[in-house]
Amino acid sequence: MKPFAYARPGDVAEAVRDVVAEPNAVFLAGGTNLVDHLRLGVARPDLVVDVRTLTSREVTDLPDGGLRLGAASTNSQVAADPRVRERWPVLAQALLAGATGQLRNMATTGGNPLQRTRCVYFQDVTTPCNKREPGSGCSAVGGYTRYHAVLGTPAALPDPTAPETCIATHPSDMAVALAALDAQVQVLGPAGERTVPFTELHRLPGDDPSRDTVLEHGDLITAIDLPALPAGTRSAYRKVRDRASYAFALISVAAAVTPDGDLRLALGGVAHKPWRATRAEEVLRGQQLTEDAVRAAIAAELAAAQPQPGIDSGNGFKIPLVARTVLATVRGLPPEEQS
Amino acid sequence: MTDLLEPRAMGQDLVRRDGELKVRGTATYAYETPVEHPAYAHPVQATIARGRVTAMDTAAAEALDGVLAVLTPFDAERLASTEDAEYAVLQGPDVGFRGQLIGVVVAETSELARQAADAVVVSYDQQPHDAELSADRPDLYAPDQVNAGHETDTAEGDVAAAMAAAEVTLERTYSTAMYHNNPLEPHATTALWEPAGDGFLTLWDSTQGVHPDRAAVCQVFGLDQEQVRVVCPYVGGGFGSKGLPHANVMLAALAARALPGRPVKLALTRQQMFSLAGYRTPTIQRMQLAADHRGRLSAIAIDVVEQTSKVKEFAEQTGVPTRMMYASPSRRSTHRLAALDVPIPSWMRAPGECPGMFGPEVAMDELAEELGIDPIELRVRNEPDVDPETGKPWSSRNLVRCLREGAERFGWSGPRAHRDGDWLVGTGVASSVYPTMRQATSTANVRYEGGRYVAEIGAADLGTGAWTILPQITADALGVDVADVDVRIGDTRYPVASVAGGSSGTNTWGSALVVAAREFRTKFGADPRDGDEASGDVDQAGQDDTHSPYAFGAQFVEARVNADTGEIRVPRLLGVFGVGRVINPRTARSQLIGGMTMGLSMALHENSAWDPAVGQVANHDLAEYHITVNADVGAIEAHWIDEHDPYVNAMGSKGIGEIGIVGTAAAVVNAVHAATGVRVRHLPVTLDKLLTALP
Repeated sequence: MKPFAYARPGDVAEAVRDVVAEPNAVFLAGGTNLVDHLRLGVARPDLVVDVRTLTSREVTDLPDGGLRLGAASTNSQVAADPRVRERWPVLAQALLAGATGQLRNMATTGGNPLQRTRCVYFQDVTTPCNKREPGSGCSAVGGYTRYHAVLGTPAALPDPTAPETCIATHPSDMAVALAALDAQVQVLGPAGERTVPFTELHRLPGDDPSRDTVLEHGDLITAIDLPALPAGTRSAYRKVRDRASYAFALISVAAAVTPDGDLRLALGGVAHKPWRATRAEEVLRGQQLTEDAVRAAIAAELAAAQPQPGIDSGNGFKIPLVARTVLATVRGLPPEEQS
Repeated sequence: MTDLLEPRAMGQDLVRRDGELKVRGTATYAYETPVEHPAYAHPVQATIARGRVTAMDTAAAEALDGVLAVLTPFDAERLASTEDAEYAVLQGPDVGFRGQLIGVVVAETSELARQAADAVVVSYDQQPHDAELSADRPDLYAPDQVNAGHETDTAEGDVAAAMAAAEVTLERTYSTAMYHNNPLEPHATTALWEPAGDGFLTLWDSTQGVHPDRAAVCQVFGLDQEQVRVVCPYVGGGFGSKGLPHANVMLAALAARALPGRPVKLALTRQQMFSLAGYRTPTIQRMQLAADHRGRLSAIAIDVVEQTSKVKEFAEQTGVPTRMMYASPSRRSTHRLAALDVPIPSWMRAPGECPGMFGPEVAMDELAEELGIDPIELRVRNEPDVDPETGKPWSSRNLVRCLREGAERFGWSGPRAHRDGDWLVGTGVASSVYPTMRQATSTANVRYEGGRYVAEIGAADLGTGAWTILPQITADALGVDVADVDVRIGDTRYPVASVAGGSSGTNTWGSALVVAAREFRTKFGADPRDGDEASGDVDQAGQDDTHSPYAFGAQFVEARVNADTGEIRVPRLLGVFGVGRVINPRTARSQLIGGMTMGLSMALHENSAWDPAVGQVANHDLAEYHITVNADVGAIEAHWIDEHDPYVNAMGSKGIGEIGIVGTAAAVVNAVHAATGVRVRHLPVTLDKLLTALP
């Protein structure tokens, strides 16, 4: 662990100024991921700016029927909010599928989507990793790929020495639900406030795997807005993992179906970012959500999927697993309410 | 026959004597020992799997304010003995595995020590490493013997001829994964060298045996037993990984030697435990069974391939249970090792029996299926009258009773598979076995002191219940109320005791306590005076060499597999065991269901994902190395039959610490097969191995 300065400014504007002024500064919220990284040497900041008490802890109604989740609201709190449970059950379920009760009490709305990959090589400073140390290479290619990507990767066996190679996944459950819900991220940055659609917050590795999101240095998430869903929308989150609790997703599915039959679908554990299944949604648009139609749609989404070879047979199982789990999730949605 | 005690305190469901201290957090563990002005040590580890350290630049580390010492292979003192290569820390520049200890930093705080260790710049001459186990390597070799002194290979009859002649044969290859013990309390030591000239060393160390620990340290540092004290009243789990000291103990003592008079604390991080604290070797088991159409075995054979480290040999005795479990005129067992550039494997709960009952017990289920015979019935038909390996009669063998009673309790009869909504349901069974062992060395003192009986023995309680059950044994041997007896353990100031390993603790220490108590009564009668004291050795206890002593058991599993995703759940796990007299039902049950839970964990979750290219366990922390959690365990039951064994010891007890983990994984595999039709022969059973067979 490297020593660092710790600051607790008076308000969010000061927090942003503090971080902008120090190139090697980070924000601290719940700390459930950052504190581990400080210990492991994965994060080596000179300044830690604690914003835990600066952003809102409140969950408030928006005029259009949506909900604003203050950045400091906790995962436990949002999961238990009656409005979330009733109108956005996919989000409540995703939150409760994550981590443990203790961690959910600490983890925040603003921090959860910004947690970093659990790729074992990213977390081990003795192994090369383009995300942690740009240009050092990717140890995951052909290695332990069970929790790695099958979508948004260029090839089944990318060049491990290339600086752009990264097959990591984003680990958040909450983020998968937010991607399906078209959430909006409120950001305060050096140039003022702006709104970023949640589906555009995270990025693919591109030519810079070290960047998980489009946020710039000094950008602070102050809230996440849930837009209203059409009345009668049914939604659910299904997480498939190696043990019954306290494990990251092998894959996960967030699904919402409007009364008009529109399916919104997002996948977790399959890509560098929460994966909004836009191809599947397009294929299904205007169609009845029959088993065959959903099967064909998810097949279209997975057409470009690339299994990664590796230890214990790699991660090719994710491709059929996603298809099966999407079908099961849509099939398992609560019945439509009769009006 | 031994002179059996009349059970009065034994058999009582007494609460743990150390329970309240642990619940309140006041039981002190090695790292928390209250000492004056401690310093903190943090290791430097090799980041290559094979080669040589050519230089270590410690300038940046030493420049940090508060760093007290930095030791490297180039400047550390020479140890008295480097005979055991694992213990020869910082004695040379060679690197034999990734994660090997190559330095240590001592500083005023643990954070600073860690920072300084990270700041040491190491240069290597790296060489290609060889770290991938397979059964077809050309360099496999037969060790001189395997763990616990067993023969490497055994053969009786003609397996090949029996296979050629049999009505039914089965040939299958099974494998178990690499596993890490991962006790809750990491390996930790507080070490203090007295500043005066006589070189007295005190180690507060988390260990399964203070005396064996001391013996190893004395040899490495060239000290007399009188110069070293090891203290360990409480252990936060060991599962064998603290049975033999590992290199971290020697490193802590070496680091403290640089600061005489100052206690130095060293605790391994969870990640470091994956390369320094031992592990269960992965095993590959080729099984052969030959039988007639009624299921009577004519041959059983197991050929094992497993790994060891080039640094130090450890040969798991995986093939041993096949030698004695079932009756068969032809039997063969072999062990072959690959010596690799890998960390050093060692003991993990039931070494030998745990992996070694996986292949055979799945194979028996496969044979039963092939023959259309109930798997319990198949086992009953192959029940040996005497120990097939030694020809001796059993001290007691109640496998069949365990199978029958388990079947009754579990509800075995009827179809083994059905569908319940989205879940495919199946049931499975497997046998358990564990030898009843007694160690050669242990001494106990019994003293009358202030109106109470005080017994002393350097035994260890790693959560097993020794603090609680040794007074029960002593009370019955003295013929007094258990409330009037104190037993003191966990300190080399007490008489010598054997390691808590091989489920031998109660047998060994209990036998010594009984000898001491009887000696006490013989010398001082029923009305002793304050200060009267007697001692007894285990070698004075009655020992029966004419019978073959083993504990047996049967485990039953209900597995449910999700028809969509392949997710596996085990809502029911039930074991019935024949373990002699149960001394304390509360601690015994805890041992048995703990073992069964660890077996479930082995079946479904645990898997040290070895990355041969990097040369280390990829998933080396508890977020990624999955251990079964509460949500994975449904109804779990351990029962025991009323078993009287007059041949094992004065208590009539057999060991119970390890048998619970033996057979569980096979029962899970057999249940998953019943549910899905998929026979998973390579652990762990994970959903990806089932997906293609789902509806």
